[in-house]
Amino acid sequence: MTWDWSAIADFMPRFWDGVLITLQVLVLGSLISFTLGLVWAIAFRAPTRFIRWPVNLVTEFIRTTPLLVQLFFLYFVLPEWGVQFSALTTGTIAIGLHYSTYTAQVYRAGIEAVPPGQWEAATALSLPAHRTWIAVILPQAVRRITPALGNYVIAMLKDTPLLAAIGVLEMLQQSRLESASTFQYTEPLTLIGVAFVLIAYPASLLVRSLERRLVR
Amino acid sequence: MTAGLWQNWVLPGIWITVQLLVYSAALAAAVAFTVGTARTHRSRAVRFVAGVYTEIFRGTSALVLMFWLFFVVPPLMGWQLVPMWAAVLALGLSYGAYGAEIVRGALNSVAVSQREAGIALSFTPWQRLRLILLPQAVPEMVPSFCNLLIELLKGTALVSLLGVGDVSFAAYLVRLATQESAQIYTISLVIYFVLAFALTRSMKALERRTKRNIGIESPPGLLGGLFAKGPGSDRAEDRLAGTAVAGGASK
Repeated sequence: MTWDWSAIADFMPRFWDGVLITLQVLVLGSLISFTLGLVWAIAFRAPTRFIRWPVNLVTEFIRTTPLLVQLFFLYFVLPEWGVQFSALTTGTIAIGLHYSTYTAQVYRAGIEAVPPGQWEAATALSLPAHRTWIAVILPQAVRRITPALGNYVIAMLKDTPLLAAIGVLEMLQQSRLESASTFQYTEPLTLIGVAFVLIAYPASLLVRSLERRLVR
Repeated sequence: MTAGLWQNWVLPGIWITVQLLVYSAALAAAVAFTVGTARTHRSRAVRFVAGVYTEIFRGTSALVLMFWLFFVVPPLMGWQLVPMWAAVLALGLSYGAYGAEIVRGALNSVAVSQREAGIALSFTPWQRLRLILLPQAVPEMVPSFCNLLIELLKGTALVSLLGVGDVSFAAYLVRLATQESAQIYTISLVIYFVLAFALTRSMKALERRTKRNIGIESPPGLLGGLFAKGPGSDRAEDRLAGTAVAGGASK
């Protein structure tokens, strides 16, 4: 078996389609996980334990169970409940939901790192709760946690191939389709493996330099 | 769901998942300690090779690596891997690369004077590692390794895509047979949750034990990880340190 460059050339159009879908899932999934994670993190600090406990349990459950099974759960069970989404939408929601439980822990750590004096100052100025969060706490928390969030975006990138299992046409699924029609497994699979390293490594360098600049 | 499906697929599936977890965790630990200590080696070449290994295996997706080992290696090498071993190899090699970063971080967090004391006592490098550095670094590693072990447990679900009959694969078959998706997928999620919970509990015990060995008492916690704020928040700090850098500052 020898390496065949023409197989790479044939795969290129499909490959770019796959890259676009992967990036689309990544961007939308990140947005979902960043917003939902913040919701979880604020709920962790709710004044009553009847909110805190269920939220802790649910996020712990989502975090410690496999994304793949969650993906199948959403893909097969939602239609049974009468909610019908495309595979791409289901996959993006699943990945965003899964990673929101990770970003929630990041937000929590960031919020806990804000000095208690800031909370007391907000109370002393009798700021309403939403003003305390938006104007005082979050601006100070977000600065510290940006690098950690970046790490989870990279982790999310490496989980996007799971979406191939429900037929989303991202990079892995494109290479499987290509292999199914040409019987060339080596070249497409190797190409997407290299593509992941080529995206992930510069991204992790970027996160590392952010970390050095923001967290002193 | 009928009793037959439960006995023939789900129960053996749990056993296969546990086996996969044990084998790939053993391989990942071996890789993590080898590569992690190699990254603190005094020779620049050794550090470089270990660094390249980490970046490549951390950079690519475990699923793509698994497919690559299963579909690309056979024609290239002329021999085929059983799906189970392709899966163990892929999981062990890629999670080992994450573990290597944990080992490196923990080794670097041991006070420099400890290493110097070893040199002053004319210990060999191997003796320094075994008698001075590792005993102090290991308790530092345990919480991060606990997180990684949970990640690995979740990673084992990927093997169902190669047709290995683990919990996820059993769930898939049962769904095909009964068309009751909600029931079987809820059950399998709960199975993973229970396995993960057992893991975190035993790793907490291990952490207390290794810390006691070097004279640090930590408070006992029964359901601490799930509900209490205390133990949860120290894990949150590990999370803040991120997946890329772990260990780091001493507690």
